[in-house]
Amino acid sequence: MSKNKNDNNPQQPNTTPDAGQESSSLFRKPVSRRDMLRLAGASGVGLLLGGSGAYGIMAATGATKQPASDKPGSPDNVTTGIPDANRYDFYGQHQAGITTPSQNFMCFASFDLTVSDAAGLKRLLQAWTRASASLMVGELLDGQNENLNLPPADTGEAAGLTPSRLTVTFGAGPSLFDHRFGLAGKKPAGFGDLPPFNGDNLMPEWCGGDLGVQICADDMQVAFHGMRNLIRIARGSAVLRWSQEGFQRSTESDPNKATPRNLMGFKDGTANPSVQDGAMMNEVVWVQPEDGAGWMTGGSYMAVRRIRMRIEVWDRSSLADQENTFGRYRVSGAPLGSQHEFDRGDMEAKDASGKPVIPMNAHMRVARGDGKMQILRRPYSYSSGMDNTTGQLDAGLFFISYQRSLDKQFIPMQQRLAQNDALNEYIQHIGSAVFACFPGVRQGGYIGDTLL
Amino acid sequence: MKARYTLPAVLLLSSVLFAACGNKEEAQPAANNAQTSPSTATTADSTAAGTTAPAASTADFKDATEQYRTYAIGEIDAFVTETEKFTEAVKAGKLEEAKKLYAPARMHYERIEPIAEALGNLDPDIDARQGDVDDKDWRGFHKIEQALWEQKTTDGMNEYADRLLQDAKLLRAKVETVDIDAGLLVTGAVELLNEVSSSKVTGEEERYSHTDLYDFVANVEGAEKIYEILKPNLAKKDPALEKQIGERFEALNKELAPFATKDGGYVTYDKLSKQDVRTLSQNLDALAEPLSQMGTILGV
Repeated sequence: MSKNKNDNNPQQPNTTPDAGQESSSLFRKPVSRRDMLRLAGASGVGLLLGGSGAYGIMAATGATKQPASDKPGSPDNVTTGIPDANRYDFYGQHQAGITTPSQNFMCFASFDLTVSDAAGLKRLLQAWTRASASLMVGELLDGQNENLNLPPADTGEAAGLTPSRLTVTFGAGPSLFDHRFGLAGKKPAGFGDLPPFNGDNLMPEWCGGDLGVQICADDMQVAFHGMRNLIRIARGSAVLRWSQEGFQRSTESDPNKATPRNLMGFKDGTANPSVQDGAMMNEVVWVQPEDGAGWMTGGSYMAVRRIRMRIEVWDRSSLADQENTFGRYRVSGAPLGSQHEFDRGDMEAKDASGKPVIPMNAHMRVARGDGKMQILRRPYSYSSGMDNTTGQLDAGLFFISYQRSLDKQFIPMQQRLAQNDALNEYIQHIGSAVFACFPGVRQGGYIGDTLL
Repeated sequence: MKARYTLPAVLLLSSVLFAACGNKEEAQPAANNAQTSPSTATTADSTAAGTTAPAASTADFKDATEQYRTYAIGEIDAFVTETEKFTEAVKAGKLEEAKKLYAPARMHYERIEPIAEALGNLDPDIDARQGDVDDKDWRGFHKIEQALWEQKTTDGMNEYADRLLQDAKLLRAKVETVDIDAGLLVTGAVELLNEVSSSKVTGEEERYSHTDLYDFVANVEGAEKIYEILKPNLAKKDPALEKQIGERFEALNKELAPFATKDGGYVTYDKLSKQDVRTLSQNLDALAEPLSQMGTILGV
């Protein structure tokens, strides 16, 4: 199955109706970042080029296609020559970056709007839409990139780099629905800042925001380039409120694609529902027509928590304590008392002294609850260097989850965890935000057009 | 598929053909950009319908450069006059009076700083902060600032006061020789805001007197003057950009207004909250981004 078509949207492959038309008007199309370099090389040393150079030119001029992309219905790459596996479509029923398999890196930013009316908001979202569509296919941002009298439209640090599976995901925070933009009437019922949870240590500088943007990519420079350019485009329309970069083990480091480990050394995400299961995603992640707020149909609610780990404390706790805290074995990820990572775990099992094998306050037991409610977790680790006050590491988990309903899914789960989770001894929640992530954008539309 | 196995001769041909197309393409880049998304790649708030204009010639900017020359000379004349009052107070040992005259005198300089920077070593001689130059070469305003505010004395400053006045007069003499063209105006406006962004908004410029906001305001005024002068050219080339820059100046000036004091000065930097600084900085960036597009009047 082509990633390009389906990872973003298991039910409905995205197709680009006018792909053929576009390929014929080659010279009106922006040049991909990779072709830009190929062409630069070709014009300088045309005679010396070998087979690979010839291929580069032909790919760039649209005279040939890469075999990998030469599939019926595939909208890709007539002009860009970028392998499908490296890019996702921006347009589609759902936004990319939600059920997309996690990329290696993340840049997250929360913005406050400085425009004062809906027209200004719309202009920003339209400009962001154009930029995101370019970023996801690895094109230079549209505009003047050659004029010596002007700063180039594209900041340039991703020149020559592939899209690296970059995705951009946009959401609206509760504050977007105040008096400023006339959107109060469209606020989904019950959508608001998360309620206080036991043990919260939230800092205002890590909370909230009018708009949230998640950019993920397999290359940090590509991801940063994306976020930097969105920030630049927003100047005068929106300002950064806070931002965080994240990472996980790279796919290169783990060819087996095992469940990634968090910074506590434990596998994180074992219990996630399968993103390949379209029916399950409709059940757990995508807002359905009957959920109210029609503009959100096909979208998803994002919960964000910046969770700092007490790294130094964790590092000096015994393996037994660590495993009892999670309720899993550190090495295998299997539930205590079980053999394999994906074993369900026996919640009733008792040890010789009659105590539960999986402690009552173990993270996995409390998180599961009665097992009826799931969320799609899509977290990244973060490291923000040193805490200047204590000299300790400021590192932890940048938790992101997607769900149909915050009220029914995330909030009850987090209430249970906040009250009972043994892990609370080793973590503190520093930041918090929620965003209503818009449905996908159709060709010709813009992000958030169902709302505005 | 066959095309991939063609001979080098064909390769060369296709490469030449492509280069030809490329040139043709380059001949009309502005028109293409106008069709797709003029200016928007840079700022979301611009809706400019960019039009194709021939590359600007020197004649197009004759009025503008003359206006700016008059402005710059006016500011430098005032700078010499006010610096003289300041240095006299220093030499007379009038500490409080010198402190009062310090920041307002500097504003005339800060308004036309790009001109001074175009004149070789004059800027460091007049405006270097400690650490910008070797200690033995350090002189100018900030040397005296340190004495007035940190050491709370004018002692030992006579020589520095004399040198400063000499340097100011030298600036006045040399300014006649500066070749002012439209390119200098365009980059100068952005440089003025970059000055604010890199040292004034962070409170690093006036580390003893904390009069950074005087410099801040003066840099912005200097940039706004350039914008005013280039406005007719800009309005012809990209009216939406012209309007947008005007609005952003207005927004920034509105943010600055509450920090003005009754005597015509500005509050000291240490009175600003973290939030004040961030808001000012963000408004500055919001202005500088479209301002950096003013180069569009220079053509391609």
